[in-house]
Amino acid sequence: MTTVPDAVSDTGAVPLVSIRGLSKHYVRGGQAIPVLVDLDLDVRAGDFVALMGPSGSGKSTLLNLIAGIDKPSSGRILVAGVDIAKLSEGELADWRAAHVGFIFQFYNLMPVLSAFGNVELPLLLTSLSRRERRERVDMALALVGLSDRVDHFPNELSGGQQQRVAIARALITDPTLIVADEPTGDLDRVTAGEILGLLERLNDELGKTIVMVTHDPRAAERAHRVVHLEKGVLAD
Amino acid sequence: MFVPLLVLRNLLRHKLRTLLTALGIVVAIASFGLLRTVVDAWYAGANASSSARLVTRSSVSLVFPLPLTYAQKIRQVPGVASVSWMNWFGGIYISERNFFPQFAVDARTYLAMYPEFVLSDAERKAFLFDRQGAVVGRKLADQYGWKVGDTIPLKGTIYPGTWTFNLRGIYEGADKTVDQTTMFFHWDLLNESVKKLYPRRGDQTGLFVVGLKDPAQAAQVSETIDATFANSLAETLTETEKAFQLSFVAMTEAILVAIQAVSFVVIVIIMAVMANTMAMTARERYAEYATMKALGFGGPFVAGLVVAESLGLALLAGAAGIALTFPLAAAFADAMGTLFPVFIVSDETVALQLAAALVVGLVAAAIPAWRAARIRIVDGLRAVA
Repeated sequence: MTTVPDAVSDTGAVPLVSIRGLSKHYVRGGQAIPVLVDLDLDVRAGDFVALMGPSGSGKSTLLNLIAGIDKPSSGRILVAGVDIAKLSEGELADWRAAHVGFIFQFYNLMPVLSAFGNVELPLLLTSLSRRERRERVDMALALVGLSDRVDHFPNELSGGQQQRVAIARALITDPTLIVADEPTGDLDRVTAGEILGLLERLNDELGKTIVMVTHDPRAAERAHRVVHLEKGVLAD
Repeated sequence: MFVPLLVLRNLLRHKLRTLLTALGIVVAIASFGLLRTVVDAWYAGANASSSARLVTRSSVSLVFPLPLTYAQKIRQVPGVASVSWMNWFGGIYISERNFFPQFAVDARTYLAMYPEFVLSDAERKAFLFDRQGAVVGRKLADQYGWKVGDTIPLKGTIYPGTWTFNLRGIYEGADKTVDQTTMFFHWDLLNESVKKLYPRRGDQTGLFVVGLKDPAQAAQVSETIDATFANSLAETLTETEKAFQLSFVAMTEAILVAIQAVSFVVIVIIMAVMANTMAMTARERYAEYATMKALGFGGPFVAGLVVAESLGLALLAGAAGIALTFPLAAAFADAMGTLFPVFIVSDETVALQLAAALVVGLVAAAIPAWRAARIRIVDGLRAVA
């Protein structure tokens, strides 16, 4: 496990995520508050990276920028060769639909949709037929061990089960990158361990590239690489 | 099917809130329809009037009679096809509460000019040949349980005494817009009595109804009739039947404007209530909208969900409100008796109700949808955390 980020890919291969000179600041009361400062980071394809740091260090902001749900103040974010900082809102939405799978701390499932409906949701943006969607959803739910909970609604599932549904939803479009923001933050220790095991499997068996924000050192231990942030800069 | 299902399930998330909002819309749309129907009922006489008929009355006031001899002169005006005459009677049936209009008419000419009052041949003959005969509309007969052959006593107010009429016929309307709450009897009977009581007031009538050969000549014929009696002791004012009816409506125009204003205020109020509901709904779901946007759904899609939910609720409740308007209007008409001779929920009213529901749905959704579409994903996701 490496605790220092690679500014340049050590294998010489083109990294999946390449961040250069990334800065992000928010304006509050007319004053610019820096969150990320001139940051460089590479994430290789198939990597499992944990972003750690104290509250306010900018790790969630970095994750949001990599996932294309926030825009940088300056700098470049190349993901699979696409500079997402230059994409318009509409282009970013299409890009996210095709390339990013999201796992949130509080699962963010649609309460009115069953497990099946929640996992199917991202596929509605594809041209897949109903039958093809059904096959994929069944497969994804089987992969996370929820084949027997297909018709259950989020309020009928435990926290761990809801997070499994969220993971199935993140996987369903076969994204280039999976981003997870405190995926075990709302779970007990045992369940958190199961979820992390599942993420490891996605990484090991399916080769999914995962970038995860976590406060939990035990969660970070599961990653291949831990990146520490402090006050918006990468800590050595 | 996915989106309609999602919209429907979202609608049912807060059942009580949805139910109460829907109830408000039902009441508002039904009230709007009822008030519009009241206004329509006021105009029913004008709307049912014929463009082929003119009304000639005293130019001073309707209360001043015109000499019957005018009939012959009017008949000679070019473009006039027929002339009839009539008087308002204003009698009381048992009690003053039992109000219904009664007219003394020159029956033969009057019935010929008003084909919308449909009588069977037998009833028509029976009426024409009985000087004490009368005909009444179906609604009036039903209200008081009258049958052909019954005797109807009226206590005169303008023309004193107790008047007894033999019911010789019950007319139906040619269509549903025809007033079926009026009683007609023979003008000759009235005139004979007046002559006996007040000889100088005999052979005078309240107004003439003039049938036109060509409705397009209405203005010209009116002018000629009035010119004929200019500078006489009883100058005339001739106008179309519609204008004559509208002159009565104009007397109560302030009330009508107030009713119309209230009908629109009701819609504005429910619009505000609905907008509040949608604003609360959207605010609660910012995290979900943000999640959907993160997954790749665009702002317009998210806004569409809000609009669809608002429109769905407004139109479903609006449809229920429209459906409720019909029994409500029927009950109202029953309660009002003959005050509103024609009380029909028109197609135009239904269309306005539907439009009102549509506008309520769209306006209520406008700001929440705009906010949902523009919400920054990171801000929306923070809402759940």
